[in-house]
Amino acid sequence: MTTLAIPIPRRPVHPTGVWGWITTIDHKRIGILYGVTAFIMFITGGLEALYMRVQLARPEQELVSPEVYNQLFTMHATTMIFLAIMPMGAAFFNYVIPLQIGARDVAFPRLNAFSYWTFLGGALILKLSWFLGGAPNAGWFGYAPITGTQYNPGHGIDFWIMSLQVLGIASLAAAFNFIVTIINMRAPGMSLMRMPLFTWMTLVTSFLLVLAFPVITVALIELMFDRFFGMNFFVPAKGANPLLWQHLFWIFGHPEVYILILPAMGIISEVIPTFSRKPLFGYPVVVLSGVVIGFMGWMVWSHHMFTVGLGPVANSVFALTTMAIAVPTGVKIFNWMGTMWKGSIELNTSMLFALGFIWLFIIGGLSGVMHSSAASDAQQQDTYFIVAHIHYVLFGGSIMALLSGVYYWFPKITGRLMDETLGKINFWLVFISMNITFFPMHFIGLDGMPRRIYTYDPDMGWNMWNMVATVGSFALAFSILVFIVNAVQSARKGEKASGDPWDGRTLEWSMPSPPPEYNFAQIPTVHGIDAHWITKREGVPAVPVAGGSDDEGGHDIHLPQPSYWPFLASLGLFVGGYGLVYFQSVIGIAFASAGAMLTMISVYAWSFEPVNDPEEEH
Amino acid sequence: MAEAAAAHGEHEETTTGLNHRKLLMWAFLGSDCMFFGSLIATYVVYQGKSKVGPFPEDVFSIPVTSVSTFVLLMSSMSMVLAYAALTRGNIKVFRIWLISTAIMGMTFLGFQVFEFRDFANYKVELECAHLEPDKLTEFEKTFVDRCTEGMDEFKEQHGLTPRTNLFGTTFFTLTGFHGAHVTLGVIWLLSILFHSFRGGVRPETNLDVDLAALYWHFVDVVWIVIFTVVYLFGVFPGI
Repeated sequence: MTTLAIPIPRRPVHPTGVWGWITTIDHKRIGILYGVTAFIMFITGGLEALYMRVQLARPEQELVSPEVYNQLFTMHATTMIFLAIMPMGAAFFNYVIPLQIGARDVAFPRLNAFSYWTFLGGALILKLSWFLGGAPNAGWFGYAPITGTQYNPGHGIDFWIMSLQVLGIASLAAAFNFIVTIINMRAPGMSLMRMPLFTWMTLVTSFLLVLAFPVITVALIELMFDRFFGMNFFVPAKGANPLLWQHLFWIFGHPEVYILILPAMGIISEVIPTFSRKPLFGYPVVVLSGVVIGFMGWMVWSHHMFTVGLGPVANSVFALTTMAIAVPTGVKIFNWMGTMWKGSIELNTSMLFALGFIWLFIIGGLSGVMHSSAASDAQQQDTYFIVAHIHYVLFGGSIMALLSGVYYWFPKITGRLMDETLGKINFWLVFISMNITFFPMHFIGLDGMPRRIYTYDPDMGWNMWNMVATVGSFALAFSILVFIVNAVQSARKGEKASGDPWDGRTLEWSMPSPPPEYNFAQIPTVHGIDAHWITKREGVPAVPVAGGSDDEGGHDIHLPQPSYWPFLASLGLFVGGYGLVYFQSVIGIAFASAGAMLTMISVYAWSFEPVNDPEEEH
Repeated sequence: MAEAAAAHGEHEETTTGLNHRKLLMWAFLGSDCMFFGSLIATYVVYQGKSKVGPFPEDVFSIPVTSVSTFVLLMSSMSMVLAYAALTRGNIKVFRIWLISTAIMGMTFLGFQVFEFRDFANYKVELECAHLEPDKLTEFEKTFVDRCTEGMDEFKEQHGLTPRTNLFGTTFFTLTGFHGAHVTLGVIWLLSILFHSFRGGVRPETNLDVDLAALYWHFVDVVWIVIFTVVYLFGVFPGI
């Protein structure tokens, strides 16, 4: 590329400090960025939830207006799903996957950086709506026509649309990257059926993302065109059918549920065998169950729509498929229990969270099977029973598993162990307060309390359980505070961790903690499932590992250099997305065009950027 | 990303033997299938649900769109020839076929612009003196009683815009996004052409062209579906 006439700015050379983070394309640093950002978003979503719980603590309170309450529940759910749980999963994908498959980085390191910065842009577009004239207020599934200009003339919904579009780009880019990475960058000997379970579930999740996100993209484009250009996609007066939105949303939305839970199941499938000192019971069956869940996740979407009147045939079919999808989930639970059977179980914090996951996820799964019956669901639709269910599967399921994953991989990431005493306090607080908060919602739900009401009559008989749930929610907030204290303290002065503090099974435990920038000095050869265990226990030649920074193996490894362009391309999307929210004004158009230009220029510069700066080679 | 491969070397070791970028492209195309699938599904569920005209049989001209369809399909052939020429190492022939691919793409887009304008200016025209009710479309029939005594011809503007009815909304969105894909493809091809004049396109880096070609063929295939479902089924509902 010496003949290039257009000067492409040189790549940053060894940037430090903030610039080091902005230009980084190291999957480990990007994983940390994802994790920290997602956790901050998790806290903001938690604060929104606390605000709602205070309002609902007693009947007929007037702490928030109905308008603000609508914004609170919309923002809480959108934040937790798209800005907290999904990116927390992405944090682990980023940090762990290349290490587990024996690769030096992901297939497209710059695309990976682009995913993170675009995610951050989408998150900011959503969260800043609080300060820019009001947040979205139509619920996280934004049913038409309440999202139309007729009922929602403000900018809240526009922020919601643009944020989800930008987040969609980020998720798609990340999913493409991980599909290619997992399929194409495995260490020699690691056939598909030797991949660690977490890698497997990441692969399934990535396929779900790639196929599900375009559907919501189209739905959002249609809604956007209705709002911006006065089109008729969801305008009943013009003959449109608002059910179209519901179908498109849930064709995306149900696979999305598995996008949230499959990574959690992957983490559990790593933690339980490690701390039971046994290989995963029925590995091929667990893999297959995950794949079947991913596949069947596409056949159940209308169970979200049992009460809209699709007719007995459609309702029966979707009831049956929904009941059927419980089977592979149940299979996994039995396999985890089979793994623990007669194992020498070590009950540390990570394992406790994994066990908590199994308990709570079973409760959430059981209430899920209850509303798979269309007749029974008609009683539960839009009540707190549904709220209880979703929190048992997403908090009791995903968040418990993610916390388990944090305690499990924390020593790998920071080189220090998390405090076990605080950790156990943390676990019991989360476990107990989680149940105090969400279990009463089953009762008030079956008693008929609708979701999304900002207050209720004192004579409905819901007073006590609402108060209990509010008390529980504050205990839950406190337990998260304990987690923060533990994480910060341990990262600073926790006990130093060896490369393999848990006697781990997978390749990430074969390297020092934290791993060197280049991961593997020599790419290991894999001889079976649980590659690192085989190495340690069966005398198969040890995996060559770089000992430290002065190791001669580490010096000659050429890593792609950092780059400004992914960040700038994402910045363009962020600015452009903001501009589109104010589409009706000249300034909005100007911002949108400027953003589009910046993204285009960045993508071109990115394409022609040399991979390694020649001057760097000395 | 064009240069990334060049510097990495095209034959980087991968688990499957497939190049990373090629795998990425296939994953992207799978994703784009769902994108167009959702748009086409929207079009299909709203077919015949418009409350006011004009309707597909009023505005579509199958002969005109058949020509533009033919041009687009031929562009796929010239794309294949461009790639073959590059693989043989014949850069000059490669450029000729690449330019013709881009020109055919632009011709298709020109047809689309013409067609959109034509639809937006649609007029109901009735020859009141010799009315043949059997040959009128449903929409035209609603204007028959506007032919008053002694009137030779009835003419009224009823342009189809994205706001007019569900047909306009879904038609312009679906074909508009396809047009946007073609536009992106043309920009991509022209970028490669520009790059080739700087010596950046060589037989060893033919993967860069291969990826653009994959995308180009995909966009063509999508058009075949749109032409069939939207145009042919719209005018000949019997088939």
